[in-house]
This record gives sequence, structure tokens and C-alpha cells, in this order.
Amino acid sequence: MENEKDIAIKIEGLKKKYRLGTIGGGTLVGDLQSFWARKRGKQDPNLKIGEKAYEKNETFMALDGIDLTIYKGERIGIIGHNGAGKSTLLKILSRVTGPTDGAVYIDGRMSSMLEVGTGFNRELTGRENIYLNGAILGMTRAEVNSKIEQIIDFSECRQFIDTPVKRYSSGMYVKLAFAVAAHLDSEILIMDEVLAVGDMAFQKKCLDKMNDVSRTEGRTILYVSHNMSTIRQLCDRCVVMEHGKIIFDGDVENAISIYSGNSGFENLVSYDFTKTPRPHKRLGDGVFITDFTFAEKDKAVFERRENMRFSVGIDAKKSINDLKLLFVIKSSDIKVGVSQTLEAFASVTEGKHYSFEFEFDISNLAPGRYFFTPNIVACDNLGRYMIYDHPVCDIYFTVIDKHPEGISLIASRHGNVMLNPIKYIEK
Amino acid sequence: MEKQWTAVIRPKRKLLDLNLKELWQYRDLIWLNVGRNFKTRYKQTVLGPLWFVIQPLFTSVIHMLVFGTIAGLSTDGVPRYLFYLIGSVSWGLFSSCLSATSETFTGNAGLFSKVYFPRLVSPVSTAITQIGNFLIQFGLYLIISLVFFLSGNKFSVTWVALLTPLIVLQMALLGLGLGIIISSLTTKYRDLQVFVGFGITFLMYLSPVVYSSRSIKSHGLYTALMLNPVSPLLELLRHGWLGAGSTPWMFWGISLIVTAVVLFIGVLIFNKIEKNFLDTV
Repeated sequence: MENEKDIAIKIEGLKKKYRLGTIGGGTLVGDLQSFWARKRGKQDPNLKIGEKAYEKNETFMALDGIDLTIYKGERIGIIGHNGAGKSTLLKILSRVTGPTDGAVYIDGRMSSMLEVGTGFNRELTGRENIYLNGAILGMTRAEVNSKIEQIIDFSECRQFIDTPVKRYSSGMYVKLAFAVAAHLDSEILIMDEVLAVGDMAFQKKCLDKMNDVSRTEGRTILYVSHNMSTIRQLCDRCVVMEHGKIIFDGDVENAISIYSGNSGFENLVSYDFTKTPRPHKRLGDGVFITDFTFAEKDKAVFERRENMRFSVGIDAKKSINDLKLLFVIKSSDIKVGVSQTLEAFASVTEGKHYSFEFEFDISNLAPGRYFFTPNIVACDNLGRYMIYDHPVCDIYFTVIDKHPEGISLIASRHGNVMLNPIKYIEK
Repeated sequence: MEKQWTAVIRPKRKLLDLNLKELWQYRDLIWLNVGRNFKTRYKQTVLGPLWFVIQPLFTSVIHMLVFGTIAGLSTDGVPRYLFYLIGSVSWGLFSSCLSATSETFTGNAGLFSKVYFPRLVSPVSTAITQIGNFLIQFGLYLIISLVFFLSGNKFSVTWVALLTPLIVLQMALLGLGLGIIISSLTTKYRDLQVFVGFGITFLMYLSPVVYSSRSIKSHGLYTALMLNPVSPLLELLRHGWLGAGSTPWMFWGISLIVTAVVLFIGVLIFNKIEKNFLDTV
């Protein structure tokens, strides 16, 4: 693949600098005033009191030296936190704004969808908007003509195609807009979270369409999203950005785990719940969870085969028998919940403080980052299960697999939970 | 072997790299924009397309009352209504080109921030729309002048009328040139936007729209008036279709040069601004 002929986009040392503070006073007079004041060494009359005068060197690098080579037919995902520079990169690539330094070389016709329905005119009919939007995205009238039937079918709006789009529901509007974009003929497609439109069925249809055009026609796709599951479905390479730099470039799973492992806060070891809010006044009335601590760890990272050990502090405000602990474990990116079987561990008497220690077998969990909230459950005198306390706080932990045996579990492909082995029945 | 790239994005573009070829590639978009402008202009209005002609018709009536009847200004012996109608129709072309294109960046910021196409597409489509608008109004003028002619009013159509297409084009280009200069500057300084509105009215009184240049006796004043690049154009049109006014050929020459320079500077500035306007607008 190292052949230069196969390169679709080559980015070299791309930088984008923004000046901080308000740019200009907005009026010519204001700018002249500021300029004159600075010339005489006086204070700028247009600055608010206490505001710092931003000098020329106070700048912000939205992109700080990006180097990236994208080959033809690659479907590359770009992920990163807000402000990491993803959108700036896409804006420069789609030529909406220019770079401060560096260069981008592009081979092939490129279309960008930074927003669905750009340039739609509300007064025009669906059909007229298809032509207009197509032209804005770079299609000629002849190209639209040859595809109009496909576009209308894809949009599922045939019935309303000659009605002004201002009468459309918002769903129909985005469907129509996406249908136009999906039928672009360009070799390179740039998309900024546009798949987050329409209902579930339509989202799937869009993803399938994108997959289809990429695989069968060898198109190159650049896709920015915060939705990891669409990144997984669509992309075969992924770039993680942080503070205007590329911090990872490689396969999708690794990229996502770096991204989610990097989500701004560590896996803490101990949690204090004394001031944590409860979703209901009644909660914490009977028993009150005061704290939670992972034992013998300085980071909540567990090898799959080791047992998770932790302690839970409880203030008993009433005497309750047979307390049970319930964890609802969720994964950071796919919201598949897992719970464990309940088992009574203790009864408490009013007015006492307890600290209980536990051990939890997590070998059934696939490697990944998880979080849960602890619940204290017990039966009331009618035999119904009741939640006694439920602090609103996510406790994070990461499961790693140092020595994968057989297949190595990947949450996205195999799910988060591995059940017991399937037993062979000997005859 | 050096690879041939379809496009290269760099921080600074050469000053003269105007990329007019790309504008041509997007000609379909220009026409669709023009079509959109016409279709959506008077949607959901009772009088609909009639609005295209109501404006100049009524403006001319007002002009006729105020400047003709009350002020008693001379119209060189041609029917007053026709004199004012051709004046306001042709002035309308220039002023609407100027005011509509001067909002290119501020009015399209949302669109420009989301998708790339040669930005000149917008002002060019606007100017073409205004020419179309003018043609409708001018057609109306021709009908009315025929009515006047058949009912025995005296005026003459001269050979200068043959220059009309050229003059109309020049008028639109002049408005476009000034408009894109202003739109490029308004990305940073909003003052200009306020200025446009009253500047156009101001300029109208410095052009022979509501009065005849012949009624100006002072030579110096006449020269000053004719140095306004719009004036010779109005004069020539009026001379061609009514036989009134003068034929200031030399001033037309100057006006042509001014138009070319304004347009050239306009495209240069526009081209320079369009790349990064998003960061300043």
C-alpha cells in the first residue's frame, strides 16, 4: 500500500491557529480607536474592565501539526474529545476555511457533508431541493438527472416530493438531505456525524449504503463521530485526536480503547458517597452507603482471572435483615447492562456503622472499561424486593486480559459477557 | 514521478489565482440559484410575480409627482412617466446588484461554513437574478412606451438603443464589483453594511435618475456628475430609448475603465477574503 499512486489524501504538517479574544471591535471605528490608543501607549478604550488585552502571540492551536496519509478505499474514522480539532480538520479538508501552515494534497473529487441539508430552501419542493443541494455538493444537473429516481426512492419521500420542504417533518427533511448526499459520485466522502439522523431503520440503511459504496466502488471515507458503534461498523482504520494532534493511528478497537481510556478521568479506587445525591428521598433512609473502596489497588484495573476485591461502608439507620448487594454493570460505549445474582450477606442493626468486604469473580467479562452503581437491596416484610440505597455515582473499572487463551475476547464482536462453556454430551 | 493531485490546500493562495475555471464547473449551481431566487422571491404573496413590476411602476409615479409636478424639473420634452420609468428601472438594476451582492458573506455565513463551492457563485447568481429582474421590468417599459407612442406622445428611439445589452451588462458588473468589495470588507467591519443602504440613496441623487443632466448649466458640475460611472450609462439608455439627455461618449469610456478596475479589484479582494472569512465574520 505504500505506493504513492494509491494515496487519496496526504496531509503534511497541517496547523490552524486562532487568535484568542474578540477579533476586532466589529466596527471600523472601534478598531481605529483601539489602534490609536495602543499607539499612544494608553489603554484600549474598547476593552471591558478586567479583561486582558490579548496580544498577538496569545493564540490557540486548533491543529498543531497533523501528518496523515489516507489511501484510496480506506474508511477512516476520526475520534477525539470536544475541542480535539476534529471539526477543524474536516473544515480545512473540505475547504471551508484555510490552514495557517502545512499542506493537504487531494487526489480525486471530494465532497463533504458537515451538515445534513446544507442549502436546502424551505420554500422549494423536495425535487427542486434535490437539484439545488446536489449542485451545492458539486453534482452537475445531468448527474442529478440520472440519479433522481434512486435518490427519491432512498429518501422514502416519494409521496411528498413535489411539496415544499417546509411542510416536511424533521425526519423526512433529513432523510431527503441524506439521500442526496449518499448518491454523490465523488471518490472521497467527508462526513461529520451525519449518520445521526432519522430513525433507527434509516440510520442502518445509511450505514449500509456507506459501507456498500466504499466496498464496491472503492471510495474513501472520512468519518468523524462520537458514536463508537457507527465507527466500528463503518471504519477500518481510526485516528484519535487530542489537543490538535494525532495521538493514535491504527485499528479501530485500539483507537476506541485509547479514546475511552482517555476520557478525562482515571478509574478511581475509592469513592465517598456521604454527599452524593440519591434519586429519591426514601433512598438512604434505611441503610446508607457511605463509601466504596477497591482493595489493594492504586488503579481500578483488573486482570480477567483475578477476583475484584472491594469494601462497602454502610450506616444502618434502621434494623434490616438480609441485605443484598446489586451491581448493574454497564460498558462505557455499548450500553449493555449485566447484573449479578443476589445473595444475602448480612443483617444490620439500627445506629451502627459497618464496613463489609467482598470478593467478585469477573472472569466472565470481556476486556474493556465498565462502570456500575452500587445498590443495596433487601426484602421488606411483605417479601418484595426493595432498593434501600442507590447513590448516583458511576464507579469505573477496567478489565484487561494479559494472557488470552484461545480466542481473545473483543467486546464489540463477542459481547461483553462470556458465559460458561458449552458442554459436550457424551453418548 | 510526481503525482498529479486534483487539489492542493495551502495556507496562502497566489493573489492572481482566481480559479475561474472552477466557477465554470459550477455553472449548474449558478443557474439553480437564479431559478431559486425567482421561484422563492414572492412565494405566498397575493400579487405574486406582479411584484416584479409594481415597484418601479409606483416609484415612477412618485417621482413624476414629486420631481415633475411639484418641483417642475425638466424632462427634456419627453413624456414624464417614461422619463422617470426608464430612470428608475435602470437605476434599480445597479442598486439591487450592489445591495444584494454586498451581503454575500454575512448573508451566507451559515452555508459557507458548511460546504465548499467557489464563493463567487453566490454574487454571480445574485447579479444574474437582478439582470433577469431588470429584463422583466424593461419589457414592461417597452410595452408602456409603445402605448405612449400609439397615443400620440412624441419621443424618438435612436441607434444608441442598440448598445442596451452592453450597457445593462456593464451596469450589473459595476454593481457586482462594488458589491463584492463591500461584502469582503463587511466580514470584518459591519459599519459598511449600514452605509450601503443610505449610500445607495445618496448615489442616486448624484446620478441623473430623477433629473435630466441637461438641466445642469454649470460645466464643472456636469463633469462631476458624469464622472460618477453610473451616470453615462443612465444617460445613454435614456438617449437611446427616449431621445432625451446627452451622449457622453468620453465619460462612458471612463466609466468602462472604472467598471473594469472595480470588478478586478473586487474579485481580487473577494478571492483573498473567501478562504478565511469564516474566522473573522
